[in-house]
Amino acid sequence: MSAMTATTAVHGAAAPAAHRGGKGAISIKNVTKIYDPGGVNVIAVDNCSLEIASGEICMIVGPSGCGKTTLLNAIAGFHSITTGTIHLDGELLCGPDKPKAEQGADRIVVFQNGALFPWKTILDNVAYGPIIQGRLSRAEARDKAAHMLAEAGLHDVGDKYPGEVSSGMARRAEIVRALINDPKVLLLDEPYRAMDALTKSIMHEALLEMYDRTKVTIFFITHDLEESIFLGDRVVVMTTRPAKVKQIVDVKIPRPRDYKILSSDEFRQLFEQAKGAVHEEAIKAFEAGERELA
Amino acid sequence: MSGDGITSAMPNPGTVEGGRMQAPTGLALFRYHMNKKLRSPAPYLMVLGLGTWVLLYWLFCEVWRLPRFEKMPGPVALVRDWLSPHPFQGISIYTEVYYTHIWVSVRRIMIAFAIATVIGVPLGLLMGWSRRFKDYTFPILETLRPIPILAWVPLAILMFKGLETPVIFLATLASLFVTVLNTLLGVESIDEAYFRAAGCLGSKPRQVFWHVVVPGSLPFIFTGLQISMGVAWFSLVAAEMVSGDYGLGYMILSSYVNSVTVPMVIGMLTLGFVGWFTSALVRMTGNRLMQWRTRALALEGR
Repeated sequence: MSAMTATTAVHGAAAPAAHRGGKGAISIKNVTKIYDPGGVNVIAVDNCSLEIASGEICMIVGPSGCGKTTLLNAIAGFHSITTGTIHLDGELLCGPDKPKAEQGADRIVVFQNGALFPWKTILDNVAYGPIIQGRLSRAEARDKAAHMLAEAGLHDVGDKYPGEVSSGMARRAEIVRALINDPKVLLLDEPYRAMDALTKSIMHEALLEMYDRTKVTIFFITHDLEESIFLGDRVVVMTTRPAKVKQIVDVKIPRPRDYKILSSDEFRQLFEQAKGAVHEEAIKAFEAGERELA
Repeated sequence: MSGDGITSAMPNPGTVEGGRMQAPTGLALFRYHMNKKLRSPAPYLMVLGLGTWVLLYWLFCEVWRLPRFEKMPGPVALVRDWLSPHPFQGISIYTEVYYTHIWVSVRRIMIAFAIATVIGVPLGLLMGWSRRFKDYTFPILETLRPIPILAWVPLAILMFKGLETPVIFLATLASLFVTVLNTLLGVESIDEAYFRAAGCLGSKPRQVFWHVVVPGSLPFIFTGLQISMGVAWFSLVAAEMVSGDYGLGYMILSSYVNSVTVPMVIGMLTLGFVGWFTSALVRMTGNRLMQWRTRALALEGR
């Protein structure tokens, strides 16, 4: 763990801050990822280690293109890693003999631009997972989907296509589509990036509500520091490429949280702390002027 | 018909229920659309455009008899013969042979288009879905595709017996290339995120094929099918001119050979109408199959 805390760690170790009896502990150990576009090696992630407790909301912040998404892709099984290991609840996802994790419904990604299938109604989108995994019959899955959509405050949208509803509705439905599979980990890649502040705050409340019901581990990539402190148990600040953990900010504000905490002193302090670290890295990234990697 | 784009003054056919507008359906919806259309300038411009075109045609051919236009039958002569029970030049809506020509061509098109679609769509889907399959097949496709259909005519006549099969073969071939290529592009146009989402949700490759690859490429497939319908007509008529006994292409060429120009132009215009109709059929089928897209586009006012 020394590799990771070598930088200015505010909170000594990267040990899990919270443990609420949820599911899905992720253990990332010494992970390195080297891309070689055009025969030139580019180190996207360098010897990065991070422990995420089960049921934790872990927020990952860092400059654009620093390799946050590379880490997410490795956990989800979209890309291989070069060295290191990633475990989920003690089971190996990827490591030296198995560079690429298998994709599975225990780790579900919610994408930056949304990936509800536009050709299926929202209800069919949500019911999709249980049906194709053969866990539920079509009728059962649709019943459960309708129930979960209603629970998430999405009553009348089941028969609509994703193209017919607002992006906020679509994103909430996409999270429901993930949660119906009872995943261990939810991987969110800047899901609220394109939204205005008001919509965002509604989305945050909805997400926390769904989290309270499921206690799923959340790995959440964002650029928005306010968002990261409001939602997270910990905020992990990454260095500019090659990415490793620069600093971890523990957020000990009790839950349930509401928007009043945004103006509290504690929140301000945490914000300043994280801001300082991120700003440093942002300057480095800007000066390097490199293009974002996928 | 002011065309100022303000439609709010129109009576709104939706009904208010529980504070929310209920969208009109059935006849009410149709009337709403008709009403909206008649208030926009589009239908009037269409009539005006068509009128100008026919007027010029009439002036050039029958009034002024401009050089190069004097051999062309004018609209009056054309319509008089077309609608006459006893056509001067042999073809009208009252002669049976006119319908034989249309039917023979339409039948050939239906067969050719069906074969091309049944082979072309799965082939394109497989090529887009499997990298390896594409590596095997793409070079062959790209070599054969640029060969003009007319260059295939002698080979088609040598390979197939009779008059019917070579003609259908040529129309099928032309349409097949278009369908395969557009379907392939359709698969390649699908956002990677949908594949990843499907993988995350536990789909096996076969399920990805049916739930992502097929529906995701439908918009491109149907654009392709419309073009493919067009090239099928194009190559059919070319083939009918070279070898045939019936069909609109044959009718046009034999009229020319026999120096009867009115049936020649009747054949051309008939091709225009029938071609338009078949393309519209393809488009309607597409819109039916892609409700998700039709509805989203409607919200954008398209």
